[in-house]
Amino acid sequence: MAVNEKIPGSESIAMYPGGEIILAKSEDVMKWAKGSSLWPLTFGLACCAIEMMATGASHFDIDRIGSGVFRGSPRQCDVMIIAGTVCVKMADCLKKLYEQMPEPKYVIAMGNCSISGGIFYYDSYSVVKGAEKLGVPVDVFVSGCPPRPEDLLHAFMKLQDKIKNAKQRTSAKDKE
Amino acid sequence: MQNSELLLKIKSKFPEIAIEETPAGLVIPKASLLEVSRFLKEEMSFENCHCVTAVDRRDKIELVYLLYSTLHHFMLTLKTFAGLDDPTVETVSLLWRSADWMEREVFDLFGVRFLHHPDLRRIMNPDHWTDFPLRKDFKNENLIPRPQSKGLNKA
Repeated sequence: MAVNEKIPGSESIAMYPGGEIILAKSEDVMKWAKGSSLWPLTFGLACCAIEMMATGASHFDIDRIGSGVFRGSPRQCDVMIIAGTVCVKMADCLKKLYEQMPEPKYVIAMGNCSISGGIFYYDSYSVVKGAEKLGVPVDVFVSGCPPRPEDLLHAFMKLQDKIKNAKQRTSAKDKE
Repeated sequence: MQNSELLLKIKSKFPEIAIEETPAGLVIPKASLLEVSRFLKEEMSFENCHCVTAVDRRDKIELVYLLYSTLHHFMLTLKTFAGLDDPTVETVSLLWRSADWMEREVFDLFGVRFLHHPDLRRIMNPDHWTDFPLRKDFKNENLIPRPQSKGLNKA
């Protein structure tokens, strides 16, 4: 079963006995495709961006999980890595960038600053106390100050798990 | 020229200034800031303005200018004071261009208005803010004070 070994999420795929045909639900194939090509937005705000760059470079090689295509435009992205301190002045910009991303979209809050304000929680007038305060739904939090590149890779794998195990999304309109 | 000679020469020109020994500094009245600055730049060759900053002394705002002379290899601190309600002072950005953005920063954080400044806008904080974050009386809902530690002895 060489095919099964190569494809992540292969438990949802079955070879037709004795043949060369693969049987799978189209939903599962879509989830596999979505999770395997998460294009991140180049959005470094502070020192966490250095670790994000290291993650993209050859030593850690984010390309092997299909997330190495950092795009400059939010319209071509699937996942926003909030890498660093979110200042009050940057808040509107962050929300605008998130709104410009096409669905399905995901957010990784990288580092303590984007989780809660981090070391800027106390005695700071200019730092937003966590990206979720802005109404941006965060899928994966990565703690650390800054997190290691391995942590960011782990966050991507967690996000892939989340996508693959997601129940089918139904909007409120469909339920009625 | 010795450093002390340098200070004495300035003092002899402007008798109203006070000399601070450490670090080498001059405290001048606000009214003579431009006059002293022009003298320092044009005749004492203090051609670099390294820093403009301010200190909130609760009853007044202290403005600090760091000037450097490459001829004498000498760093001079120039201090003057502005009142706390509606602090104004003359700009030195027309003498030293480097003071332009530093004065904007002081305006942004302390609310000191620099008269005749070419472009006095906020430089870092959002434009719609009306208060000044580094003032001692600054209050903001976003500003959470750090809780005081009880120390190790008290459980």
